[in-house]
Amino acid sequence: MFDDFIWRALLGGIGVAVVAGPLGCFVVWRRMAYFGDALAHGALLGVALGFALDMNLNASTLLAFVVFTLALASLQAQRRLATDTLLGILSHAALALGLVTISFMERLRVDLMGYLFGDILAVTRTDLLWIYGGGVLILAVMVLLWSRLVSITVHEELARAEGLPVGTLRLVLMLLIALVIVAAMKIIGILLITALLIIPAAAARTFARSPEQMAVLASALGALAVLGGLGASLRWDTPSGPSVVVCAAVLFALTLAAESGWRRLRHAT
Amino acid sequence: MSTLPLNPPPHAPRIPLAQGERLVEARGLTVRAGRRELLSSVDMAVHASEIVTLIGPNGAGKTTLVRALLGILRPSDGEIWRRPGLRIGYLPQRMHVEPTLPLTVHRFLTLAYAADGDAVRAALAEVGAERLEHQLLSELSGGEFQRVLMARALVRNPELLILDEPVQGVDVSGQLDLYDLIAHIRDAHGCGVLLISHDLHLVMSATDRVVCLNQHVCCHGHPESVLRDPAYLNLFGPRAASGLAVYTHARGHDHAHHGRPPHAPDS
Repeated sequence: MFDDFIWRALLGGIGVAVVAGPLGCFVVWRRMAYFGDALAHGALLGVALGFALDMNLNASTLLAFVVFTLALASLQAQRRLATDTLLGILSHAALALGLVTISFMERLRVDLMGYLFGDILAVTRTDLLWIYGGGVLILAVMVLLWSRLVSITVHEELARAEGLPVGTLRLVLMLLIALVIVAAMKIIGILLITALLIIPAAAARTFARSPEQMAVLASALGALAVLGGLGASLRWDTPSGPSVVVCAAVLFALTLAAESGWRRLRHAT
Repeated sequence: MSTLPLNPPPHAPRIPLAQGERLVEARGLTVRAGRRELLSSVDMAVHASEIVTLIGPNGAGKTTLVRALLGILRPSDGEIWRRPGLRIGYLPQRMHVEPTLPLTVHRFLTLAYAADGDAVRAALAEVGAERLEHQLLSELSGGEFQRVLMARALVRNPELLILDEPVQGVDVSGQLDLYDLIAHIRDAHGCGVLLISHDLHLVMSATDRVVCLNQHVCCHGHPESVLRDPAYLNLFGPRAASGLAVYTHARGHDHAHHGRPPHAPDS
């Protein structure tokens, strides 16, 4: 049944959304939305390099992320410019460099729109292997380190005083975010991946009373957005990434409305 | 990572504290950042059952000293001695928890230290916050949050409490209550307390010893003697000493009704 591209797209999309849920919570809690966005832009350079050097695109993208993160760390160490400025420079430079590199490859037909906005038809069995292999790895690491990751998010100084290796844990979190971006790139597209990380998490915040509840709820809402978005994409032939993100945004708006309704109800009684 | 300074194994045998036993000591502690000296050869110690207040103007290196005592920061020179297996309860300065992170008070208290429900409720009861156990941190007021932080430091049954400006954002009567609470905790647990403050007025009656810091130790000793010390007056100006007279006078009254700032003009 995996021959059917619809099933591949759905399986891939839901796999990505489930993994993105808990990671997206950390992106929201730690205010890393801009970091995720910048990293995703850097992915295009990775894709371009992969084509130019004829290597596996996922591997070349991970390579680009490593270079990106190292460049960011060394620029941050100079303390000349604020981190958001540095991220802005690196992210757009990488995106532009990726676009320029791709434009040189005249003989190759690169589906640029597919990489930027996601392509439902492009999900192969190998992609599913990457998504589920990477997804299981990411979730396993998160379960293992969960309370430590929450601790450094609550207060880094306190966590440090309690003996947690704050720097290492922070690095692990960045790596996991990089991995999920690679996994989601094909389906959601480079420009919209951050949305799949933060919108379901933000929507889940309204109803959660513990970090775990918020993570599980974010996964569920993300999966729902993928279902709705891919359904719409098939029905009306819209690009898959934007359709999923629109669906997530609608879900977010609904949770906002539900929250204010709930509040009014509580005040009325 | 190499060492876990504040996390001795949960069920490690505890050697009971002797009255007045030395808990932590800095010897010739120097911390440099680049060429600047943040602390220069500081000597100080905290013992069991005593409350030591560390005062100094902004930028005097108070928090740097605390971080060195906690083992977060490596000294450039000199050394830190800690009682083997010392349990420290730490309350950092200006603690802020991201409101999007849904965390109940109970969860917050058990996050880093696997305490059972009874221990959590006992710690909350001690600071008068037992009814907050199942509230989210984002729903607490400033004073409530400060009490919860105190309970978090208490839940691990600390031998040394380090409180970095614990009364920030709390009104004056709330501050007096908190200082009474700290004194009560010291009496009940026999633990040592290191209190960081930028002024001496309100904290004074709850203090056994004062260390006045401005990169180096300017003066130290009993609160009254520090107040008359020329180094203290030089650092804080003569008004700092006169403000206290008003306060010690008002201290005889009930805090809840007369706990206004020592400089309040309407008395």
